[in-house]
Amino acid sequence: MPDQPGKSAIEVRGVRKVFGTGDAQVAALDTVSVSIRENEFFTLLGPSGCGKTTLLRLIAGFDFPSEGEILLHGHDIAPLPPFKRPVNTVFQSYALFPHMTVAENIGFGLEMLGKPKTEIKARVAEMLKLVKMEALSARRTSQISGGQQQRVALARALAPQPKVLLLDEPLSALDYKLRKEMQIELKRLQHQTGITFIFVTHDQEEALTMSDRIAVMSAGKILQVGTPWDIYDRPAERFVADFIGETNFLTAAITGIGNGKARATLKSGVTIDATVAEGFQPKANATLVVRPEHAKLTGGKGDLSGTVENIVYFGTDTHIHVQLDSGEAFTVRQQNTRSAGCGFERGDKVGVSIGNDAAQVLRD
Amino acid sequence: MASAEEVAKAAERRDIRDRWLLSAPALLIIFLAATGPLLIVLVYSLLTPGPYGDVKWQFSPEAWISVFMERDIFDDTLSVAAAHVTIFWRSIKLAIVTTLATLALGFPTAYFMATRSEKTRDLWLFLITIPFWTNLLIRTFAVLQIIRNEGLINTVLLKLGIISAPIQILFTDTAILIGMAYVYLPLMVLPIYASMEKLDFRLVEAGYDLYATRFQVLRRIIFPLVKPGVIAGSILVFIPALGAYVTPILLGGGKTMMLSNLIEMQFGQGRNWPLGSALSIAVMIIVMVALLAYVRNAGRSEMRHG
Repeated sequence: MPDQPGKSAIEVRGVRKVFGTGDAQVAALDTVSVSIRENEFFTLLGPSGCGKTTLLRLIAGFDFPSEGEILLHGHDIAPLPPFKRPVNTVFQSYALFPHMTVAENIGFGLEMLGKPKTEIKARVAEMLKLVKMEALSARRTSQISGGQQQRVALARALAPQPKVLLLDEPLSALDYKLRKEMQIELKRLQHQTGITFIFVTHDQEEALTMSDRIAVMSAGKILQVGTPWDIYDRPAERFVADFIGETNFLTAAITGIGNGKARATLKSGVTIDATVAEGFQPKANATLVVRPEHAKLTGGKGDLSGTVENIVYFGTDTHIHVQLDSGEAFTVRQQNTRSAGCGFERGDKVGVSIGNDAAQVLRD
Repeated sequence: MASAEEVAKAAERRDIRDRWLLSAPALLIIFLAATGPLLIVLVYSLLTPGPYGDVKWQFSPEAWISVFMERDIFDDTLSVAAAHVTIFWRSIKLAIVTTLATLALGFPTAYFMATRSEKTRDLWLFLITIPFWTNLLIRTFAVLQIIRNEGLINTVLLKLGIISAPIQILFTDTAILIGMAYVYLPLMVLPIYASMEKLDFRLVEAGYDLYATRFQVLRRIIFPLVKPGVIAGSILVFIPALGAYVTPILLGGGKTMMLSNLIEMQFGQGRNWPLGSALSIAVMIIVMVALLAYVRNAGRSEMRHG
């Protein structure tokens, strides 16, 4: 991804964050660089402990990097305390002030910025309207529901009109339906305010549905940055492919590379075309990834052959688990229709045909 | 349906009875050990002093009159007892200053403790309670050793050449304040720490995030949230400080009379038990009125901010 200096809202350059000293040293972030564009819904996705929250806290200013720079519109903000950064945070626990009302919470940032009372009042009213909480402005934060607290936290962080809004797993405490609602709400707010959102989550579905771009993190490193489509269909590494969605991994011999494409010979002896991950170093054997919905089961011969092991019905689709003759496992996802069953039974000898442009060669 | 209701009611009755039974021992002790003696003191304050101490069982309001009034020896006219008022005021002032001093020292201490890691917190808590293991008299003598003319402070300052003659600290008001602050500091630190430990420090981060400076975070977020601890600590320090006896006598050199000395005197050389009793009750009333005003005021401001 080429950097576009000047266009990026946040630019993280070679940031390391080490906790502890001596032997107990742990690198929570290991030389991370990423550029987040203006007006972008950018998601940091990864399992717990991958460093995504650490990166967010460095941008917010609650922690300071051991090494590296963090630029906000081209200015290094890494040494600034949080109250000098035009960046606001929506906390995972919301962290609403329990001794203040909803309106006082929302107005707090503006008050601290020394804005005149009339302006604060107008802006708070505007924010209450934005998050549809007008009726509850005089309530204490302990007297409103979790979803409402979430809205207040959002309004409080948006009220001072930050350049960048940081969201630390803000939806994880909500139940499923409310979470879906808030996902749409967040997208709407981001669109309406035009503020750059940096969103931290461990939920891959949330990341795929909401983000303009996603950075997948693991063990203190960013493994891949790209659009949801990039991340899902063209994963660069095994971890990325495995973390997002369901995946089949196949070992293949690489017989030719050119133009971002590779000729890969599968264990069954069939050779197929595959796209190649960025940063792939030519080698004899590599791992191929094929999404279950990009392969088809056939009664006769396919690119691979095997035996149906298990059939799992999911309502919208059916997952058919196949034990390949090569010893590898393979899952095919097949869309359901109302009239017919999936057409296969356990123990059936089947062929698997991999669609054109369905396979990607991983770099690790 | 009705029987279910009756069962619930019976259970509730049983519950209430059990609660009374369980609290009975504590209530009994409170009554016998606190209310009982207090009633005796109240009764004594309304009697006539005996010639060699003790009381004569004869009603007299004289003790209560002499709490703030003085009867002229010759013509029996009443005037304000300037000496008593001065002593009351001096003790109240000392209690207030002690409370403020312990608050100024204790609040940062509690904050420091609450922001340590869990393990170190316990260590600090332990260290704070160490003074309680030693007798008050001994602790006061220890302070005396440090601040006297040949004591630690003066010796070090003299050796370093910062001063040429010892500073007179002992037997001054400063000495009393140092001693009082030292003795009552844990009583301030512990309740504030208890509040502070429960404080969600993510709220502090949220404050910084919303452009509040360190001082604003302290004033607008930390302080309002640990206020119950500050109030509890202030009460715990103010009340015993008002009646402090050993510390003012030892460190103040007994030159200035405090409330406690005044009361003690009535039961000793003064041989006026009714007056001593009346003074004690008067102090109690002052404390209670002050506390009620304080707590009500604190509650109101809470609602205003709320």
